[in-house]
Amino acid sequence: MIRFIPRERTPLWLSLAVPVGAGLAALLLTAIPLALAGAPVLRAFSLMAQGAAGSGFALAETLTRATPLIFTGLAAAVAFRARLWNIGGEGQLYAGALAAVAIGAGAITAPSWILLPMVLIGGALAGAALLLVPVLFKTRFGADEVVVTLLMNFVVMLFVQMMLEGPMKDEMALGWPQSAPLVDEAVLPRLFEGLRLHWGLVLAVVAAGLLHVFMSRTVWGFRIRAVGENARAARYAGVPVGASMALVGVLSGGLAGLAGASEVAGLKGYLTADLSPGFGYAGIVVATLANLSPLGVVPSAIFIAGVFVGADSMSRAIGVSNYLADLVVALALLCVLIGGLMTRFRIAIVHREIA
Amino acid sequence: MMLAALEILTQANFWAAAIRIATPLIFGVLGALICERAGVLNLGIEGIFVAGAMSGWLAVYSGLPLWGGVAVAAGTGALFGLLHGVLTVPLGLSQHVTGLGITMLATSSTYFGYRVAFPNVSTPPRIEPFPPLHIPFLSELPFIGTVIGQQSAFTVLAFACVGAVAVLLARTPLGLAIRAVGDNPEAVEAQGLSVMGLRIGAVMAGSALMALGGAFLTLSAFNAFYFGMINGRGWVCIALTVFASWRPGKALIGALLFGALDAYQLRIQTIAGGVVPSQVFLMLPYLFSIAALVAVARRADYPRALMKPYFKGQR
Repeated sequence: MIRFIPRERTPLWLSLAVPVGAGLAALLLTAIPLALAGAPVLRAFSLMAQGAAGSGFALAETLTRATPLIFTGLAAAVAFRARLWNIGGEGQLYAGALAAVAIGAGAITAPSWILLPMVLIGGALAGAALLLVPVLFKTRFGADEVVVTLLMNFVVMLFVQMMLEGPMKDEMALGWPQSAPLVDEAVLPRLFEGLRLHWGLVLAVVAAGLLHVFMSRTVWGFRIRAVGENARAARYAGVPVGASMALVGVLSGGLAGLAGASEVAGLKGYLTADLSPGFGYAGIVVATLANLSPLGVVPSAIFIAGVFVGADSMSRAIGVSNYLADLVVALALLCVLIGGLMTRFRIAIVHREIA
Repeated sequence: MMLAALEILTQANFWAAAIRIATPLIFGVLGALICERAGVLNLGIEGIFVAGAMSGWLAVYSGLPLWGGVAVAAGTGALFGLLHGVLTVPLGLSQHVTGLGITMLATSSTYFGYRVAFPNVSTPPRIEPFPPLHIPFLSELPFIGTVIGQQSAFTVLAFACVGAVAVLLARTPLGLAIRAVGDNPEAVEAQGLSVMGLRIGAVMAGSALMALGGAFLTLSAFNAFYFGMINGRGWVCIALTVFASWRPGKALIGALLFGALDAYQLRIQTIAGGVVPSQVFLMLPYLFSIAALVAVARRADYPRALMKPYFKGQR
């Protein structure tokens, strides 16, 4: 019979091979629905690869798409590390975007070096505040945060629609429900002339580095990990569990809020109700693929972004629905979960002994 | 205006709508509570609703009778349940993340499949849905007749399932084994029963019920499949399951309460429309679910082995 024998240590090559293998396996598995849809499978894959990384422009599009995914991936990684199941990244992203527009679309006049940080910090604070509600419900009332954060996503979406059709509606936008554009001082500059890639990417990568140092080198990072490993043992050892959870909430919600603020300030310039095609949910896949490591989130987000951008361009070329991208992402999540067993266990075939 | 708001409660149409809105949730909560009673949280529910809605509808669209579509939906749900069960029970993977993965997989494969089957339709193709219910004598009654006349046989199935699940869990050896496997799997193992088999079976049965909730929408409430038609109904069911303290009878009450609230906000919108934005009313069902969850959280009696993987000979 097959037995799982827990590993003391996971070799580094295996920790790297599992997510790569999972990504490849997910792509291979999507060959089945592609073939069923009657699409030329090999050509579809080559079009996806070209669309995601076939040119400087394609690569820049992929990195642009990866920017919010790094933020939401970090948000999920830090929360899941503490076993705070924040599935509300999507709502926190929109809260951040809403705050960015509220601050940056003309309400405040200030030079860029003041206004831009205000926009980004405001976005982060809005996301953090939104997640603190379910964290409080969890620590005070024992209410399961999974369902609360999930349901809050719908509440936030409705709130955003209400604001865009009401008080924050841009009267110049010909009836479309969208906010007024950000003033020039509130816009994150582009990185290169002629490409949509913006400074949000640099911020996201810096955030990943800072989070890595915070989690692995500071007392509070250690406490958060301890709470995630075993909350009761952590409490017994004197770790302030409630305060650690609140800190995780601030960090996770803040990072998801930054995703929204950076999309508005760096890419769109204004807010619409379709700002995010599920970046909050995809962040969960990004974090899982990265095995919840902040540094791993960066390549993992780039891979997922590449899948989305590649599938979009493949879909335009041969007319296969770009829902294929969501399928790859879902399969990648399940594959990496299964692959994760190999990093935690040695799988041995044991012949039953006669007692 | 106050009077008009109260008058809604006396309308047969209001109660008919409340039951109609509650029906998919009855299936969903029953499904979720069977899974959780056996110790497995199934966050695949939202996606299984989507898959059930589309597969049941597609089966009928391709020529199967309506009850054939119901069976196809249940089968589709059971298949996703099997996947969730295998990943979380013998492999012991995180039930949270796996469930979300199932939701993503079920949703994306359904949407992809629908787009492959109908590449360029502007209006969704329709089917002939379940006809309105007609019960001799009862349908002639003034108030009750109107309420019944707006339901279908699919609703009757939902109410029948409440009774069936209640009897199964409370009165049969199988039900006892399912409850035990979610509370004390070691004891079940000691009885010589298979923890793995019971858990996977319960997740499959629960997922089949969830899929019926989705199928009700496309085969009875509406007559077509729309993207985004589930819109969080599955997550609401997970909240209502806690609210119902994992009991079928209370699940029915919770779902009906939710249905009444949702039907009420839809009607009050037309009265208060123009003064209060419609989104405020649309938020109410979600806020109600959150409030219900928080209110009962302290005394919620979770199945003791919920989300605890069980491995033979290891404690």
